[in-house]
Amino acid sequence: MLGSFDFDVIRRSLPYLFVDGMTFTLTLTALSALGGLVFGTLIALMRLSGFKLLGRIAGLYVDFMRSLPLVLVIFWFYFLVPYIGQWLTGASRPISVGAFASSLITFIMFEAAYFSEIMRAGIQSISRGQPAAASALGLTYAQSMRYVVLPQAFRNMLPVLLTQTIVLFQDTSLVYVLSIPDFLGAASKVAQRDGRLVEMYLFAAVVYFTISCLASFGVRRLQARIAIVR
Amino acid sequence: MNYHWNWQIFFEPNPTGSGTYLDMLLSGLALTIKTALTAWIIALVFGSVVGVLRTLPSKVAGWIGFCYVEFFRNMPLLVQLFLWFFVLPELLPRAAGLWLKQMPNAPFWTASIGVGLFMSARVAVQLAAGIASLPRGQKQAATALGLTTAQTYRYVLLPMAYRIILPPLTSEFLNTVKNTAVAITIGLIELTGQARAMQEFSFQVFEAFTAATIMYLLVNIVVVTGMRFLERKVAIPGYIAGK
Repeated sequence: MLGSFDFDVIRRSLPYLFVDGMTFTLTLTALSALGGLVFGTLIALMRLSGFKLLGRIAGLYVDFMRSLPLVLVIFWFYFLVPYIGQWLTGASRPISVGAFASSLITFIMFEAAYFSEIMRAGIQSISRGQPAAASALGLTYAQSMRYVVLPQAFRNMLPVLLTQTIVLFQDTSLVYVLSIPDFLGAASKVAQRDGRLVEMYLFAAVVYFTISCLASFGVRRLQARIAIVR
Repeated sequence: MNYHWNWQIFFEPNPTGSGTYLDMLLSGLALTIKTALTAWIIALVFGSVVGVLRTLPSKVAGWIGFCYVEFFRNMPLLVQLFLWFFVLPELLPRAAGLWLKQMPNAPFWTASIGVGLFMSARVAVQLAAGIASLPRGQKQAATALGLTTAQTYRYVLLPMAYRIILPPLTSEFLNTVKNTAVAITIGLIELTGQARAMQEFSFQVFEAFTAATIMYLLVNIVVVTGMRFLERKVAIPGYIAGK
């Protein structure tokens, strides 16, 4: 069985796999994490703002996103984004959005729901005295969030946020359903072209495993360091 | 939006000849639930074994549990399904591989086992955390009473731990339901797959996805309500949930 294992197919496709595929995967992961964090924090602030209606809307959004499978959400946005684009730009027909833009929007909207729950927990972990002291010093709500609460919440939640980013890194492989050549998509393309499913899928598994393992090891180290500081 | 809405589409016959489009989606929903339940049973069984392994005093057991969890947690579910579906039959001896490939319902069983094992690592982590959260005195009291390790787990630790981790287990079950949608990639025509098929047959994208979305939301509501009820039923007196 391993006798017919063709290592050469992996070697030959390395440039395509990493230069095209992995770059797509990592760029998508990084931008989605960043966008998800920004929108997630805004959603968390809406939920904690004390305005009933805002909180209700944010809560509904989070619950809604979290009860749908990511694959379905990917399909939703893939078909919906062109229409939204048309509506925004006032074009006469649905605009065409590239594969990258479509999946980036999907992952930002989807991950925002998950990041918002983490940031909400982070904000709630800050003792009440801190925002109280901030407003006693004359800081406005925005200033107290910006300079007192959010930096600490972000720092406390950094390990959780990074763990969620590792999950996101693995989840980006689902863009496969749109036949987008991310890392797994690229591996799958080579696998089907050369009839080398075993080699390519095993290799993809090893790469994902190694990256995720190293990343979670790093997060664990970071967690230990943060724990000592406290 | 110049999209042509047609909500009547659900009651029109689908081209596969098996009733209306709504029937198509409902059969997808049934398959989603069936796959999720099978996967959940596998996840609970394997997750419990591994979760217990991780809390045993034996170093070797702890190490096996650690490796198991890391193995299943550090690969995307999609890659794992591909390994089970495309790679495993090739690595087995010829006869066994052929039997696997020709098995009827192969996508269903691959999805159930693949999602089940993927989720079992998460169940194991939750259970290990639940056992670790119990006061040390419980285990010591069991030992003092002369219970063996197996008895300690069976009668003291596990009944407590399972009830403590019911809320996270609920969300893990919901994740199992959602994760079955990934099996669309190995040809399992569950709810998302049927919505996609309906879109391809009828071009009514948004109606199909709206219906699938509503069905997923309903499953969520039913599961959450059911688990709340179960949580109240088995709540431990004296704990926060037991008030």
